[in-house]
Amino acid sequence: MIVPLLRIDGLHTRLGELRVVDGVSFSVMPHQTFALLGESGSGKSMTALSIMRLLPEVARIQAGRIDFNGRDLLKLPESAMRDVRGGEIGMIFQEPMTSLNPVLSIGEQVIETLTRHRRLHKRGAREEAATLLQAVGLPDAAKRLNVYPFQLSGGMKQRVMIAMSLAGNPSLLIADEPTTALDVTIQAQVLALLRRIQQQRGMGMLLITHDLGVVAEMADQVGVMYAGELVEIAPRAAFFDHPQHPYSLKLFAALPDRTQRDARLANIVGNVPALDSEFIGCRFAERCEFAFSRCREESPGWTTLADGHAARCHLLETAAVPKSVSVAQTIQLAVASDKVLLQVTDLAVHFPLHSGLWANRRNVIKAVDGVNLHIYQGETLALVGESGCGKTTVGKAIVQLQPATAGRILLDGVDLSALGKRQLHQQRAYVQMIFQDPFSSLNPHLRVIDLLEEGMIALGVEQNAGRRSQILVGLMDQVGLPSRALQRYPHEFSGGQRQRIAIARALAVQPKLIVCDEPTSALDVSVQAQIINLLKDLQAEFNLSLLFITHNLPVADYLAQRIAVMYLGRIVETGSSEEIITRPRHPYTQALLAAVPSLTRPAAANIVNGDIISAAHPPDGCHFRMRCPLAMPICTERYPDEMQLSGTHSVRCHAVAQAERVAGLN
Amino acid sequence: MSWQPVVLWTDALIFSLAGLILFAFSRKHPHGQLHDAWQRLIQMPMAVASGLILLVFVVIGLLDSLHYRPQLPAQPGHAPQYSVEVISVLDTLLQPLREHQEKTYSAPLATRLYVKETMVQPGGRVLRDYPRLQFGGASLLHPQQDWQRDVTNRIMRGSVIGVLFAALLAAVGAGLLAMRRKCGLGALYRQLLGENNRLPWRTALTTLTILSVVIAVMVELAAAYHVFGTDKVGLDVLYNSVKSIRTGLLIGTLTTLIMLPFAVLLGISAGYFGGWIDDVIQYIYTTLNAIPSVLLIAAAVLLMQVYMEAHPALFDSAAARTDFRLLFLCMILGVTSWTGLCRLLRGETLKLRELDYVQAARAFGVSDWRLMWRHILPNLYHLVLISVVMDFSGLVLAEAVLSYLGVGVDPAMQSWGNMVNTARLEMAREPVVWWPLVAAFSLMFTLVLAANLFADSVRDAFDPHGRQR
Amino acid sequence: MMAYLIRRLFYAVPILLGVNILTFLLFFVVNTPDDMARMHVGRKHVTEQAITQWKVEHGYDKPLFYNRAEHGVSSLTDTIFFNKSLRMFALDFGASDDGRDIAREIKTRAGPSLAIAIPVFVLGLLVNVSFALMMVFFRATYLDRLGVVTAVVLMSISGLFYIIAGQYFFAKLWHLVPISGFAAGLDSWRFVLLPVLVSIVAGMGSGTRWYRSIFLEEMSKDYVRTARAKGLSEWRVLFRHVLQNGMIPILTGAVVVLPLLFMGSLLTESFFGIPGLGSYVIDAIQAQDFAIVRAMVFIGSVLYIFGLWLTDIAYAWADPRVRLS
Repeated sequence: MIVPLLRIDGLHTRLGELRVVDGVSFSVMPHQTFALLGESGSGKSMTALSIMRLLPEVARIQAGRIDFNGRDLLKLPESAMRDVRGGEIGMIFQEPMTSLNPVLSIGEQVIETLTRHRRLHKRGAREEAATLLQAVGLPDAAKRLNVYPFQLSGGMKQRVMIAMSLAGNPSLLIADEPTTALDVTIQAQVLALLRRIQQQRGMGMLLITHDLGVVAEMADQVGVMYAGELVEIAPRAAFFDHPQHPYSLKLFAALPDRTQRDARLANIVGNVPALDSEFIGCRFAERCEFAFSRCREESPGWTTLADGHAARCHLLETAAVPKSVSVAQTIQLAVASDKVLLQVTDLAVHFPLHSGLWANRRNVIKAVDGVNLHIYQGETLALVGESGCGKTTVGKAIVQLQPATAGRILLDGVDLSALGKRQLHQQRAYVQMIFQDPFSSLNPHLRVIDLLEEGMIALGVEQNAGRRSQILVGLMDQVGLPSRALQRYPHEFSGGQRQRIAIARALAVQPKLIVCDEPTSALDVSVQAQIINLLKDLQAEFNLSLLFITHNLPVADYLAQRIAVMYLGRIVETGSSEEIITRPRHPYTQALLAAVPSLTRPAAANIVNGDIISAAHPPDGCHFRMRCPLAMPICTERYPDEMQLSGTHSVRCHAVAQAERVAGLN
Repeated sequence: MSWQPVVLWTDALIFSLAGLILFAFSRKHPHGQLHDAWQRLIQMPMAVASGLILLVFVVIGLLDSLHYRPQLPAQPGHAPQYSVEVISVLDTLLQPLREHQEKTYSAPLATRLYVKETMVQPGGRVLRDYPRLQFGGASLLHPQQDWQRDVTNRIMRGSVIGVLFAALLAAVGAGLLAMRRKCGLGALYRQLLGENNRLPWRTALTTLTILSVVIAVMVELAAAYHVFGTDKVGLDVLYNSVKSIRTGLLIGTLTTLIMLPFAVLLGISAGYFGGWIDDVIQYIYTTLNAIPSVLLIAAAVLLMQVYMEAHPALFDSAAARTDFRLLFLCMILGVTSWTGLCRLLRGETLKLRELDYVQAARAFGVSDWRLMWRHILPNLYHLVLISVVMDFSGLVLAEAVLSYLGVGVDPAMQSWGNMVNTARLEMAREPVVWWPLVAAFSLMFTLVLAANLFADSVRDAFDPHGRQR
Repeated sequence: MMAYLIRRLFYAVPILLGVNILTFLLFFVVNTPDDMARMHVGRKHVTEQAITQWKVEHGYDKPLFYNRAEHGVSSLTDTIFFNKSLRMFALDFGASDDGRDIAREIKTRAGPSLAIAIPVFVLGLLVNVSFALMMVFFRATYLDRLGVVTAVVLMSISGLFYIIAGQYFFAKLWHLVPISGFAAGLDSWRFVLLPVLVSIVAGMGSGTRWYRSIFLEEMSKDYVRTARAKGLSEWRVLFRHVLQNGMIPILTGAVVVLPLLFMGSLLTESFFGIPGLGSYVIDAIQAQDFAIVRAMVFIGSVLYIFGLWLTDIAYAWADPRVRLS
């Protein structure tokens, strides 16, 4: 029997009145990764902070044991605990942007740990710091010790964080959502790095994440948390083969996937219960479709199945295991017509680097630099790309929130970018936008009814107040909110509900096109499924066209008929969803797809290298050539032209063009 | 009618401000974010305690802002004549204090003057001694024996009356509340004074009791003595310092009232429109900031004096003159103090402008002004409110300094600054006359401390996560 | 970076011009030279002749902007605006209304002002930062709460009170230091001690509270958690991480007032009889000497703008994000 590296037993942590961790027990084995999976507010981060005893000041650990290397960490005096922190246990946080001290160089920050835990000084510490930074993939580390965090990209900062957490030679690494703030290609790099380091050093790792894909790639053991409690523990294979708890089943079913394009996504009705009072029954009972009377009266205990797989559910005790959750009826599919609603030609948006009196006109960031796209009536086009590629700017330019530097935006044959102020006002109703962050997209000082009415009044959609409120009641019903919500203020709603209100606000002025700017990326998976289902329903009902801006390829694939992939201000590949997902041609699209953590295939080997390049200084020639595995001499010379591969599929890549030419010759 | 109302400019402004605040409160804010903040505020013990103290000051200030001219004794056959002197309701309430004038200095609660005088005894003997006061302790036959007992008695009586008054107020309040909550008094009592209360009833009651005891003791003592002594010309110092409350309050509130529209309008415009509008507004406030504010105030006040001397006909009474000077001081203080708020609002607007809900409104083609009014201004309310209450105490303190420099309120107007200014020479006197200074400083301190504590609570309630200023 | 600083320096020109025009309007247009002369000559028995003579003596007899009597350049230069306002750009302040050279007066008075202002600035910063750090270290304990309450009480007391009470107790009652006055050279410490002490105490309330809130804000940042996760002690987190970041707003906020130290403190200098620029200004205000007030307004704004410029440099020096971008 192997002794666990870390054994948590009955941990209870309170954050003020909230029972954020409510009786959690699990073990992390040496050399293994334990993934703690859960949605926001499930208490997974608080569990990690409890282990380190780094909780916020209002939080208290009330009960439990945390055994690590033969000691109970909760009983250690603070000074001994400081030896553990950074020494025996290293920790990586979610936000690399803010987690490093902005005024100390990265060298100093790594050396600090070396001095503290390994008594290294001066030369020795500097050399060791350089070695560590080199090992985590910071090129030229020895010369870059004096670099400050703001000079590094997000991915590089996270590498520095990792180097820092390794500096004390820890036997356990706690990684709290280490890749959530990063782009998908960078996430793949960082995950690969973490895997490699863990194997080299034989560390145990506690990985905290909300992403099933990350769990699939990284974990040996999985623990699913819900409302402050672990509901299922299993080895990875068992968990992905046959998850037991209804909540786990729902999580799987809520993931968008190619195979269910025509079906609705499973969504979990309701919200996570409030954590301020003691639970009597199962905490998932209110949202569980299999719940029966006992679930509400008695908290379920652990039921152990084969080989270390256990779950807390009364159903398992009666052995009436649900094999799958019911997925509602197939969705009514929107039928895209062949009428082009939106035609964007050579769109360019440039931002000056300096503003004010001394602005230099030549120093500009070409955020969008010659984008062409079109959307048919009733169709969804997904615009996919990493952060900083200019996809949101395209959306804002189409809605006329951002003046275009050049290009034409034809909506139903009217060029929006050439209109005067008054003419534009008449057209505004036809194209609306839904934003990413549901918390900043609703004015907290207005009631929902005022928010929804604003556009109708401003654009003269319906002048009669009585009819207006009738329309709004109907609209609230369509987005799945009760009509009494109209009188409430935004802060009384959850993130998902707020996004419904934002959708209703856009629909209130009867638009033909809605630009959806990452509307689900701030939401949990189960809520994301609700919003995606809603968008699909509404599209079919109103014959809407959607421009769906996202960084999430599976969501794009599930929702859109066609996908356009954007890189540094230009669209590099566009085609039907099937073409892009199953037969991607551009190396960037291929890299994006490979980087998406998958539940089924093993971790990707062909990860794209290099960091995301700033739009302020794009390289000559093809923008992607620095990271491209197929780069050729010609790529440095000029940007590749668009090449048509099929009626819908086109790509801008020298390598593909060459391959096509060769194929054409044969 | 035996009196003629007089409305001074500052009276009009202060009452419209009070009306504005009452109007804002009477409007229903069912569940907005500001409503939550107000709820948080009245749940803070510190806010309730300091708020109640401020309320007493405000009531005194408002009473002192109801001005009128009393009718002179009627002469048969003549139309009624009104006094040239403008007095306030507070003056009438404090009539005895106002009229009980001694010859010169007397110490707090004294029965004799502070300076020796040559007196002729009934027997013809000439004696140099401290003479008895005309009013202070005049009822005592043998001050040496009776003074201590009398003062103690009055303090005791005052305390009892104060407690009884507080109890009466509490009982009336409790009765009303019991009727509204539809429960028995006993249950209400247990509810209110118990541990788990949403509102800090116990703090409120304690503060109320302390306030009413202090006031009642003062009233009891002032009936027979000069509580804070008398000044050089024998005027009651307590009266003077209470009258100064209005000056302090007006400076603290009117200044903000006057500068607020400019700060808000310019700050939001600069942040929202950007470009050359931003450049111009930034230029204006940097330029104004560059001038040392004391010098700007001094220059402006000196120039105003020249102007007033050149046009004496504009003011029909001494009260109108001092009032004009006070208003002018508020304006010039406003000119020097709006820049801070303006800059703050500009920065905040820059952030708000980029928020998604402003973008969403722009996508609806909502006009710029409407957007600023509906989407930007309401989200700056808390900053404006916080800065107004934070500025208040600073302005009250500034009045004292400016009056000391000779560029504050009119020297004839009762103000703490003027009191400190004259008291300064008295401190150099032998034996020292300390009580006017102590009276002025302690009242000023009470007001400023209450205002600071209240401001702290307001900031915590309205901007729980923001940087404290 | 260098180009930026030079550009910022040029930014001062329009602002100084604005200040200049504003003061000119205030002193010569709102209030005419005639008014001024009448005030100085005396209120009663003013003859036109006396007024004219006073104006000629002090150079206020010229037209405001344009002199029709002159030709060429001098029709613009032989005016009040040029002589009294624009010349200040060349640091030519002329004579005060009682006939003394303002520039020389300023030179001799700057020394005593600095003798008070510099110790107040340096020691005050030191004391306030140390108290603030202590309070942050003991945050959320009774010690911290006591400190906050004390700070609020301290800042609720009028500055006049500190001075008067200080003079009364230290000088009059206990005879530890002289009540007022000043001496040149090393002997000055006896006169400087009390004003410096009083000024520091008077500024402690607001200063400590302000710095405490800056440090507290830094304490809630993510990098502090990172530093703790390294196993650093609380003192080290405070001194190496929080202090360094918190000092950026504190230093830059303090640098703005650095040049203004020359101006001295009005209240302290006047109460303690220190012959510095602060008491110079007060005397001028009380004597209604507008020539001095005008000169001091100009110097004050020059120093303020210089302070803004120093702030830019301080930012660049303290914050690598500004320095290296």
